[in-house]
Amino acid sequence: MSTSTAALAGFDLDAAWQLHPQVSVRPERFGALLYHFGTRRLSFLKSPALLTVVSSLASQPSARAACGAAGLSDRELPAYAQALATLAAGHMICPRAAA
Amino acid sequence: MSVTAVSRPASLVQEFRSGLDAPICLTWELTYACNLSCVHCLSSSGRRDPAELSTAECKRVIDELERMQVFYVNIGGGEPTVRSDFWELVDYATAHQVGVKFSTNGLKITPEIAARLAGSDYIDVQISLDGATAEVNDAVRGAGSYEMALRAMQHLAGAGFAGFKISVVVTRHNVGQLDAFKAIADRFGAQLRITRLRPSGRGADVWDELHPTAAQQRQLYDWLLAHGESVLTGDSFFHLAGYGEGLPGLNMCGAGRVVCLIDPVGDVYACPFAIHDAFLAGNVRGAGGFAEVWRSSELFTSLRSEQSGGACTSCSAFDACQGGCMAAKFFTGLPLDGPDPECVRGFGAQALAAAGEAPLPRPSGDHSHRTRRAVPVTIGPRPADGARAPDRPRAADGLSAGEGSRAAGPRSLPDRACDQSPLAGFSPHP
Repeated sequence: MSTSTAALAGFDLDAAWQLHPQVSVRPERFGALLYHFGTRRLSFLKSPALLTVVSSLASQPSARAACGAAGLSDRELPAYAQALATLAAGHMICPRAAA
Repeated sequence: MSVTAVSRPASLVQEFRSGLDAPICLTWELTYACNLSCVHCLSSSGRRDPAELSTAECKRVIDELERMQVFYVNIGGGEPTVRSDFWELVDYATAHQVGVKFSTNGLKITPEIAARLAGSDYIDVQISLDGATAEVNDAVRGAGSYEMALRAMQHLAGAGFAGFKISVVVTRHNVGQLDAFKAIADRFGAQLRITRLRPSGRGADVWDELHPTAAQQRQLYDWLLAHGESVLTGDSFFHLAGYGEGLPGLNMCGAGRVVCLIDPVGDVYACPFAIHDAFLAGNVRGAGGFAEVWRSSELFTSLRSEQSGGACTSCSAFDACQGGCMAAKFFTGLPLDGPDPECVRGFGAQALAAAGEAPLPRPSGDHSHRTRRAVPVTIGPRPADGARAPDRPRAADGLSAGEGSRAAGPRSLPDRACDQSPLAGFSPHP
């Protein structure tokens, strides 16, 4: 899908994002399990910090702000941006306007 | 720190091996009643059990699953749709954020029902089909079952239900039809799901004749590799990882760790292929309900501890196949810490030959139809390639391995097998 390709090519940290409305999140000791009822796909968040970021996307003006609020350093940002890009490609998170 | 968010299977496997607070998904067989008498039915279904969970009891289980945040349940049977409260329970589950994927032979999938199902994101349907032609399918599932399944598929496709599943249990007689199954799925806009034949339930009686030969296993493995994630397997072929390159999925046994089975009377087993007292963890009717069984039962606690690989640990393929399927070993009389009966290195076949005619464990229950419905078990000519595992007489019940098929029950198979495996539907993203 074109949106997936775009998301993988570069994740827009400055855009407003949110968890996809059809996605259910279950916190786990390693992070969280995500299940998308539309695509019926399962995914994993491999760190509690990433769960914090994903959970706060909807209440923060941008993904970058969500990462900052979770206490991530600039050095950690690229890895988290990549993780968010992967989630966007799988439609686990989506641009807020498109919801 | 962990860099990637999503799926890095390698290290998650350790987390899963030690068990989660709740299953990722589970199989729930709602009834032993079935209109069919498939020769390989893994739950030996046919007749309803008078002690099956009532509607109210089922709803209590759903309430628990909601509290435990189980994303979805794989409902099977028997033929689950013959329960008069089936649709009520489906509605109850989806209203409580528990998704439903149910397996059916197609009996009740009318155009009206199909339209209703197509309207919900929280419902997925899996139609069982064990032959790409009526001849091959009906030999295992009974006369008319192919036509019934295809009619259901037409109704689902006609109602706009995209991506429903067509679930195939791979046998010696349909392994050559994989491309034809794929074509059927493509024709209906469905997704193909193929799973492993287990020697569980009535499957124990026909396993010797129906399980793929060694040469066919290789053929299957190559086909799976070529089709990647476009075909679902419920991770049920992880024993084939011994060939080399792993198949999509986590390649581990999730029994009692991330999946389990609730049977129609509320008994909780480690997995749908292991309906035997040796794998019975408890019952949802107990004081602590399902959660207590999942979290604290002696059996599940033990399955989550380090398992011994026994003789297999010295094999170079062990890291890949993990010794294979526990249920397949158990019901063929092999030790749980030894090779899978279908070990790709041939150690399973050797072990079976060495085991000789020792009595095999029988499933705990048998709800097969009593009327000896002549199951059309002309299971076709035996392949002449000589590569198959040695057949052994079934000393346990006096039936010789080949005449298999007591009369019997139904249900479709291993549909859910490991499908419930969390791993099912799970795609390792880059």
